[in-house]
Amino acid sequence: MQYEPVIGLEVHVQLKTKSKLFCSCATMFGAEGNRNTCPVCLGWPGSLPVLNEVALKLGIRVGLALNCKVAERLKFDRKNYFYPDLPKAYQISQFDMPVNGRGWLDVETKGGQAPFSEEKKKVPVPFITKRIGITRAHLEEDAGKLLHEGIADGSLVDYNRGGIPLLEIVSEPDIRSPQEAYDYLTALKAILQYIEVSDCDMEKGSLRCDANVSVRPVGQEKFGTKVEIKNLNSFKMVQKAIQYEITRQTEAIGDGETIVQETRLWNDAKGTTFSMRSKEEAHDYRYFPEPDLVPFTLSRETVEEIRKTLPELPLERAKRFIKEYGISEYDAYVLTQERKLAEYFEACLKGQILGKEDLSLSAKLASNWIQTELLAMLNAKNIAIEDCSISPQALAGLIRLVEQGTLSGKTAKDVLQEMAATGKAAEVIVKEKGLTQVSDTGLIEKAVEKAIAANPTAVAEFKAGKQKALGALVGAVMKETGGKANPKVLNEILLKNLSK
Amino acid sequence: MEINIEKISELARLNLKPEEKHKLAQDLGAILEYVKKLDVLDTKDVEPTSHVLNMENVFRADEAKPTDAARKALQHAPETEGSFFKVPKVVQR
Ligand SMILES: [Zn+2]
Repeated sequence: MQYEPVIGLEVHVQLKTKSKLFCSCATMFGAEGNRNTCPVCLGWPGSLPVLNEVALKLGIRVGLALNCKVAERLKFDRKNYFYPDLPKAYQISQFDMPVNGRGWLDVETKGGQAPFSEEKKKVPVPFITKRIGITRAHLEEDAGKLLHEGIADGSLVDYNRGGIPLLEIVSEPDIRSPQEAYDYLTALKAILQYIEVSDCDMEKGSLRCDANVSVRPVGQEKFGTKVEIKNLNSFKMVQKAIQYEITRQTEAIGDGETIVQETRLWNDAKGTTFSMRSKEEAHDYRYFPEPDLVPFTLSRETVEEIRKTLPELPLERAKRFIKEYGISEYDAYVLTQERKLAEYFEACLKGQILGKEDLSLSAKLASNWIQTELLAMLNAKNIAIEDCSISPQALAGLIRLVEQGTLSGKTAKDVLQEMAATGKAAEVIVKEKGLTQVSDTGLIEKAVEKAIAANPTAVAEFKAGKQKALGALVGAVMKETGGKANPKVLNEILLKNLSK
Repeated sequence: MEINIEKISELARLNLKPEEKHKLAQDLGAILEYVKKLDVLDTKDVEPTSHVLNMENVFRADEAKPTDAARKALQHAPETEGSFFKVPKVVQR
């Protein structure tokens, strides 16, 4: 029997605030253990939580970007469970009146196929836009952190994270493959970064993901029993863990076993999931309204004010790039995944255009230079685009020299390295080093004549139909001109002289 | 009213003696029975109350202020190590 997976994702994103969700403790990462705590987040009797207004507004911002219905009335509830990461033995969350209700996210996906492969030369597979439903996105406080490593006789607890504002974004079980899950997460992260609500740094725990996975016979409407997978520290891990789980469940059912509803952890070293087998905490959280917090009413004016401040989102921007600049779907996708990268591209293009050039040609050049040369250089040094020492205007200056035929593509690559090292403008480096490409036909003509005279064998071979022989002649001319001959002019002159 | 005292004591992490279980089950049942009286009222058109105060939209500005609560709390903790609280070994959740 054929089985298909049914996948839903729960993403926890840390909202970028200075202070915690219900108290004035700092949220900055890397403080000494328990330094960022107070009577409220340590759960001392008599302390009173008060909602951080910025956290609520950031939460609404996410809801709007995900097309959610933003609540008119919302409240907070206690989720009760005993675990040392919760000093109060309950977490303040939202149960039946979350800030954001139903919404959706359009995801550009290549379905089951590996998308955006490193090999750019592959024939591009068209994207399919898939709409993934959002069930809800609610506010809640984070728990503390337990440290087990290297401690034999106990666990250490750090409450610095306890009370940090989180938004839990729950997707509908609309995802049908590990690749779609990966693409959904990529699209969601891009949006969260565009709207500047979070750092989305998985290493620092400001973005986390749990996956709910089940399988069912193709054609069956009813969902199978779902398993929750935790301990997923990167999008790649999410993809791998889901793939593993689909195979495991399909095989288990094939062997006549029944899937148990449980929480499993991903072991990245082994590439498997394993059951937590903890004495099941029964997931009976006994939610009830948080009596220490009053309810909230959101006026439509407040919501519309926030909507007005939303920037252009990644998918809209990609579509605009295709329409306005005529670049390919693939290029538009890559360039818009990061807001700073998209801004860099547009600034570079503006710097290149002097009025009469062909816009789509310039855009293609800028896109290529940024994606191949610039990003390769930055990635090698692990530098973010916003910290790039070459400004978009400076890169535009270099590309313009290539467009005008002053520099060959090869020399330009060296100039780029020099620009990064010295901070000098391309024009300055070219002048100082005398790198200007020779387009002077007279000079090239002389070098061509010399090369033909010196390489009779190559000439004879070429005339006998061996195209490859041309390379030796081009090489000879390049050598003569110190590598500075304009390749296009050189080719023309060489072919003209050979056909004489 | 029927009370599953085994489950409730398990959820509340309370170790009850058999005689306590019986008495508490009766007490809790009586409380629920008493509250059940409200069921005779027609609340079809009444919005559920989540808070008894006639107040809403109480906010705090997003400003960070340090406290020395951690120092005091660590002083009173049964066990600590460095600036951390120490608890009996727990499994990963
Ligand atoms: Zn605090």
